[in-house]
Amino acid sequence: MSAPLIWIGIPLLLAPLLWLIKRADIIALLGGISALFLSALAWLIPINTAIRITANISFKISDSIEILGRQIIISPEDQSLLTLLYGVAALWFFGSSAAYIARRFVPLGMTILALLIASLAVEPFLYAALIIQTAILIAVPLLSPPEDKPGRGVIRFLIYQTLAMPFILFSGWLLAGVESSPGDIELLTQAAVLLALGFAFLLSIFPLFTWIPLLMEEASPYAVGFVLWLLPTAVFLFALGFLNRYAWLREYPQLPNALRTAGLLMVLTGGLWAAFQRHLGRMMGYASIVNTGFSLLSLSLIADHQLSAFSLLLIPQALSLAVWSLALSVLKMREKSLDFKDMQGIMQHYPIIISGIIFAHLSAIGLPLLAGFPPIIAIWNGVAKKEIIAASWVALGLASLLTGAIRTLAVVVMTDDEDGWTLNGGTLQNILIGLGIFFILLLGIFPQFSYPVLNNLPSAFRYIGG
Amino acid sequence: MSTQIISWIAVLILFSATLSFLITQDWRWNLAALALLYLGVFWLTQIHWTFSMSAVKLVTGWMVATILGITRSALDPELDPALQHLSWSQGRFFRILTAFLALFLAISTTPTITNLLPGIGAVEVAGSLILLIMGLLLLGLTTEPLHVIIGLLTFIAGFEILYAAVEDATLVAALLAIINLGLALVGAYLITANAEENQEKNE
Repeated sequence: MSAPLIWIGIPLLLAPLLWLIKRADIIALLGGISALFLSALAWLIPINTAIRITANISFKISDSIEILGRQIIISPEDQSLLTLLYGVAALWFFGSSAAYIARRFVPLGMTILALLIASLAVEPFLYAALIIQTAILIAVPLLSPPEDKPGRGVIRFLIYQTLAMPFILFSGWLLAGVESSPGDIELLTQAAVLLALGFAFLLSIFPLFTWIPLLMEEASPYAVGFVLWLLPTAVFLFALGFLNRYAWLREYPQLPNALRTAGLLMVLTGGLWAAFQRHLGRMMGYASIVNTGFSLLSLSLIADHQLSAFSLLLIPQALSLAVWSLALSVLKMREKSLDFKDMQGIMQHYPIIISGIIFAHLSAIGLPLLAGFPPIIAIWNGVAKKEIIAASWVALGLASLLTGAIRTLAVVVMTDDEDGWTLNGGTLQNILIGLGIFFILLLGIFPQFSYPVLNNLPSAFRYIGG
Repeated sequence: MSTQIISWIAVLILFSATLSFLITQDWRWNLAALALLYLGVFWLTQIHWTFSMSAVKLVTGWMVATILGITRSALDPELDPALQHLSWSQGRFFRILTAFLALFLAISTTPTITNLLPGIGAVEVAGSLILLIMGLLLLGLTTEPLHVIIGLLTFIAGFEILYAAVEDATLVAALLAIINLGLALVGAYLITANAEENQEKNE
């Protein structure tokens, strides 16, 4: 038995089998349990170590598998990463039943997750760009249901993400040249520029994020939320692989500045745009752009803080996106619209669901006592130590995002209706969102609860993990 | 010498094919041009790859054109975007002009790129740049799924010509073929999405 077979092969086999099941709640349950099982397995079973079952029987999970002369390697250092990815994916799969998209979501989501893990494990690593592209193609049916006309958002998503692949592949070839002649400044600059362009497309760096708000309007918020969690997470991990592998790249003098500038642009533009939105879905889209901005800012601090700031962001961002998109999905299904004009006074009818939206939004801003607070304050502090002007731009971005939250709150409580409060929404939907709010608060008050998973995460990146 | 002439003819084929994407909205012509485009890609790829490896590009390309063709032909002709865009003829001159500007840009950039990438001839670079630029142009001018997919395929084909000169691994060729086929399947999915409802409305 090998690790790639367990964490890549099994999900890839499981996905079409789940497609055969007719009942959506069973699919969501089986998908969630499988992901949870794979997460627990990554947490408990060591790779490359013999495990004795009885006196005569023992087994060992090897770390690699060979396909067409290339290797897929999942080393023991990657286990905490697998625990995290499958653990969070389990949350999404369980929640998909409440969002009523489990039939499409779980099989496609499982395939995308397995492919993105394969992209992080493949050697030589430049094949990752091709595997990521395959995952992106599979995401299209998830984002555009067969019964709806494909909108501009999904078309732009497909275009922008596809344009990334050639840049990454070509930079991979140039990087091989840089390795053999590290003194060639011209080659080095070319490789860096191509790499930056590739990642700009993949991470939807300003101004390439236009597909996000469009998609939030036209597709299921839950499906888009999943893509907005998984894709940037996998791409950031892929980018960390580059930094870990190439000493010249992590010591490139312009890198921290470039990352900081890109991060600031994302936080600022995402926040400012969010402040003027009149659609709850687009608001979440812009908040996810701010999330990417903070991840970029955390990477700009890598020389001082290694990966601590970046890894701190992973769970709060995933949790708030999951709660936010589930709540929006429920609202969209029941009210058919997420426009402000249709949301007036809706708090009285969906108190838990609207609370989910508000808590997730405030967590994305980094309000004290919420899950997003510890990482955002740490990153903000780190940026302020480097450049106070940059920190004030972050403040402006966050204040704008807060304005969006206040506007949302004002709209949802604005009513002349004196019928009183009712608890609408399904029981499962209210329970899941309620649990999400509880965990957002729990991780805000006790951030150390996430440390067992996050502690070993940097070890996957030997030279930058600290 | 004769090989060089054929290679430049292949470049001309690539430009003609991409020009026809821009000036005709009829999906039959577009897909025929796409099939022709892959013939040019095949010829320029076989300069660096073996004949059998390059044939993968041709076969994949023709499969892609077939998938898109079968999907499109199954749809109601009333839904043909060519019939819906009445202002099409008005933009034709602009598109031809833009295509020739793109050709000029590609030809003028070719020597610079050839100097940057040792071991790659001007003919491959010119063919590749024409496809890359025309692919981007096509993507910028349309949101209709079939044309977007053709634009992406054109862009990727341009990249593949250039990449074939620097990377000859079988797995890369296989994965790129999968991506091309995947794009065609996604295109087929997007073309047929909501088509049933549209057909019912027309009836």
